[in-house]
Amino acid sequence: MEPVTSKRVAVTVNGALHERDVEARRLLVHFLRDELDLTGTHVGCDTGNCGACTVIVDAKAVKSCMLLAVQVDGATIETIESLASDGGLHPLQQAFSDHHALQCGYCTPGMLMSAKHLLDHNAEPTENEIRRAIQGNICRCTGYVNIVEAIAAAAKGEVSA
Amino acid sequence: MSETTATTAAPEQVEAPQKGFAGQSIPRKEDKRLVQGEGVFFDDVKRHGMGYVHFVRSPYAHAGIVSIDVSAAEAVEGVYGTLIGEEVAAQTDPFFEMSTPPGNEIRDYALAVGKVRFAGEPVAAVVAETRELARDAAELVEVEYEPLEPVLDAVAAVEPDAAVLHDEAGSNVVWSGTFDWGDYDQALAEADRVVKIDRLYFHRFSSTPLECAGALVEYDRGTAQWTLHCNHQMPGIGIVWMAPALRVGSDKLRIVTQDIGGGFGNKITLHPYFVALCLLARKLNRPVQWTEWRTDQHTANTHGNERTFLDVEVPVKADGTMLGYKVRAFDDAGAFPRYEPLGCIIWAQVTPGCYRWRHVRVDFTQACTNKSPTAPNRGYSRMQQLWFTERVIDLVASELGLDPVEVRKRNYIRSDEMPYETPNGCVYDSGDYARCLDIALDLVGYERLEERRRDAESRGKLLGLGIGSTLDSGTNNFGQSQLLNPELQFSGNNEVASVRLDIFGEIVVTLGTTPQGQSHETVAAQVVADLLGVTPDDVHVRAGHDSYWNSHAGFSGTYASQFAVTGLEAVKGATLALADQIRRLAAVILGAEGPDSIELAEGFAKVRDNPEAALPFMACGAIINVNNAGLPPELDDVTLNCRYVYRPPFQVPDTERKFGNLTLTYATQIHACVVEVDRETGVYEIVDYAAVDDCGTRIHPQIVEGQVHGATAHALGAATFETFPYDENGMLQTSNFYDYHVPHALDMPPLKTGYIESPSPFSSLGTKGMGEGGGAGIHAVCAALQDALRPLGNPLVTESHNPYHRVWELMRDPEASRAGVEVGAAR
Ligand code: FES
Ligand code: FES
Repeated sequence: MEPVTSKRVAVTVNGALHERDVEARRLLVHFLRDELDLTGTHVGCDTGNCGACTVIVDAKAVKSCMLLAVQVDGATIETIESLASDGGLHPLQQAFSDHHALQCGYCTPGMLMSAKHLLDHNAEPTENEIRRAIQGNICRCTGYVNIVEAIAAAAKGEVSA
Repeated sequence: MSETTATTAAPEQVEAPQKGFAGQSIPRKEDKRLVQGEGVFFDDVKRHGMGYVHFVRSPYAHAGIVSIDVSAAEAVEGVYGTLIGEEVAAQTDPFFEMSTPPGNEIRDYALAVGKVRFAGEPVAAVVAETRELARDAAELVEVEYEPLEPVLDAVAAVEPDAAVLHDEAGSNVVWSGTFDWGDYDQALAEADRVVKIDRLYFHRFSSTPLECAGALVEYDRGTAQWTLHCNHQMPGIGIVWMAPALRVGSDKLRIVTQDIGGGFGNKITLHPYFVALCLLARKLNRPVQWTEWRTDQHTANTHGNERTFLDVEVPVKADGTMLGYKVRAFDDAGAFPRYEPLGCIIWAQVTPGCYRWRHVRVDFTQACTNKSPTAPNRGYSRMQQLWFTERVIDLVASELGLDPVEVRKRNYIRSDEMPYETPNGCVYDSGDYARCLDIALDLVGYERLEERRRDAESRGKLLGLGIGSTLDSGTNNFGQSQLLNPELQFSGNNEVASVRLDIFGEIVVTLGTTPQGQSHETVAAQVVADLLGVTPDDVHVRAGHDSYWNSHAGFSGTYASQFAVTGLEAVKGATLALADQIRRLAAVILGAEGPDSIELAEGFAKVRDNPEAALPFMACGAIINVNNAGLPPELDDVTLNCRYVYRPPFQVPDTERKFGNLTLTYATQIHACVVEVDRETGVYEIVDYAAVDDCGTRIHPQIVEGQVHGATAHALGAATFETFPYDENGMLQTSNFYDYHVPHALDMPPLKTGYIESPSPFSSLGTKGMGEGGGAGIHAVCAALQDALRPLGNPLVTESHNPYHRVWELMRDPEASRAGVEVGAAR
């Protein structure tokens, strides 16, 4: 019998249901980027260390390069593209801009999804909790100083209009 | 927690706060798209039918290629084709080399030809329908190698019995030469003491941008033109390498960038990969896409220069005044020179560091080894030199019992000596190093240092304070290349901007630069807004670079700390030209006396003293673009589309004396670091850290501070974690982010920042380039460790990379580190 090399997957991404035949070895991050054209989720490494690919799968922050697309059958996924709503930025997005928490912006989508996951579960994080929450996200530009400030400001609702 | 501390008493050179948008931290224009994941990075660009490229890479550091068989890979369904070195050698010429013989005999191609010279060197390329398939098919390419002895050390590489990497060059030397400025022998005669240091070593690492390199390349058969959607950060020079190699004119290469995920110099020498992609796109007649894997970026993109300093000699007066230095430096270029041997001269931009050292003798050799090629990396070549000058200061201070703060102040160039000409003819434009040091020391609570030492001691820790004093020299004079090779036809520098008033009154700006996080859209808009009397929201700065539209010049790009000067001077020049045209047009339309009677404010050209007579920019744009019948001949040259090329006022340096001004501006960074070292384990923690920056007039203080944070993080990472060591077979030991640990959020100490502003007299806005920093964090950590360990037999820090186990070794065997350092009487 021929080995099965693809599988049908049904997954809800940013509120929309997608049903696709997916190559068995395709990583979730490449499924999102190359097949759904959700290119906001980035790839920064091949060992699961950088967090540029972070998305939220069933309410958990997940590195989408560490999952195969076939593993998310039936799951609900949020990517960076879902963060802003009604034409307005999410408070975290606004806080990142207010505090200059991004330079090149390559780490930013993954960083924001980790931060969102944190605030979804802990409305008043300490600085150490913030640093812990983004410990799996590498930023090569900012030294994290302003990222930590931005997340703290968003938690407190201190963002510009 | 971070603090931003402005200076308390305003120093004389600080200008009054400016009116307008320049000087304010306005919201960044780039952010809206980037925080929503709507940036366009090269890997986001797709084309119908494109193929994915995977490179087959050498598993050996040094080997002959006996044969390559791609037939099994090509037979796989979904594989579009392959490329091997033989085809590259037939269809391209070797890349242009900058060195003199023997370095310029080296033949560097897009793929290995006949031989591999570092582990990870691309040997063949496979193109397939998907990334996954390309990778699998690459496994089927059969390459037979004949392993050769690897050469892994630059000093050993120039020994007569060393294996030679490039047979055609006949030697591993890329470039060698001597530099002799001032009167070193006289300095020795005047000195009271001479401090000798056998060896100092600056390690190999790289800034490893989070986005790897890559491109989508399309070939247009009809026009024989390639389009590269990519993240090259220096397209002007990239084309100079690529076009002759491909045997085409520069117009056949269109380089397009938009958002780039960090560069730090590591995206300057992408031409070998890009030429391979061009050949594939033409051969297969389809768009091809290549995204470098992280492992490949570490093993085979570029590393920073690794430098060994031997036989250092420092003549010192009894009062601690140092007169200069003598050194033999060996630079390891890796397998191919590419951007090198420029590193053999770039260091000379900061020959004496921050110090009033007048007598310098340097014997500099750069050699090839079987490691990844090197290329510019944030602080390129100056960082190594500045680490050297800071180590010299602290080692001499330690050996002569001088205070590191006092000895710096005694030797610093003083603010009243600016502009200051260095022994090799560079002109330090402005600055006040001693004042920056005072601010840094204040920020880390220097006055309580002894108290804190005792407190640390009571907890079993050793506390130490270290200083890093550096300069970020910006806006290169490319004429310095002629000091290496007088035949080279490069000199000066340039950058381009165009500013246009469009049909509905839109102000549209095009830049020649290729930002990778440096916020050019925002900063350019601030400058334009102030000159045209509008707001930055009214100014539309095109994102990215596109060489198709003649918007660039030969040196266009984003590198070498220069946008605040070259980029903004170009923006200013173009905007002033546009403002002049608007005034001339408005004067005619409004029947005013002349252009001088027109002022620009709030989007109108207004007649001064007559509020009734005003022409909106929209009308100006419409008249010139679509309603221009009947305009008088004196407006024939008014296009409202103004291009300006900025050229800094450089001369070609004197190649005989290797003398001349190599860079236009010098930003200052003085850092102070306090560490606590665990006596038992050598594990240390940075408990206080201050970075004080002086980059002249700051157009956007928040962006400047962000660059300071980032440069500091890179330096602290390199000081403790980041290194590219090779094993005895020439295999890189840290080829991914598991093994190559970069700072994460929990690794970063609290950073305090301070600043002063010493406007540059050489840029019309008073600005200085500042993005690179000078690696001050590395120097400060080395100094702090040496200070902390003093009670344990005074070990000396002679290497730039000090992981915890290295500190443990220093504590265990201080004598070993001291063996190579001695103080002698002067001659
Ligand atoms: S790309 Fe997923 S962790 Fe780096
Ligand atoms: S902003 Fe560039 S990697 Fe974080």
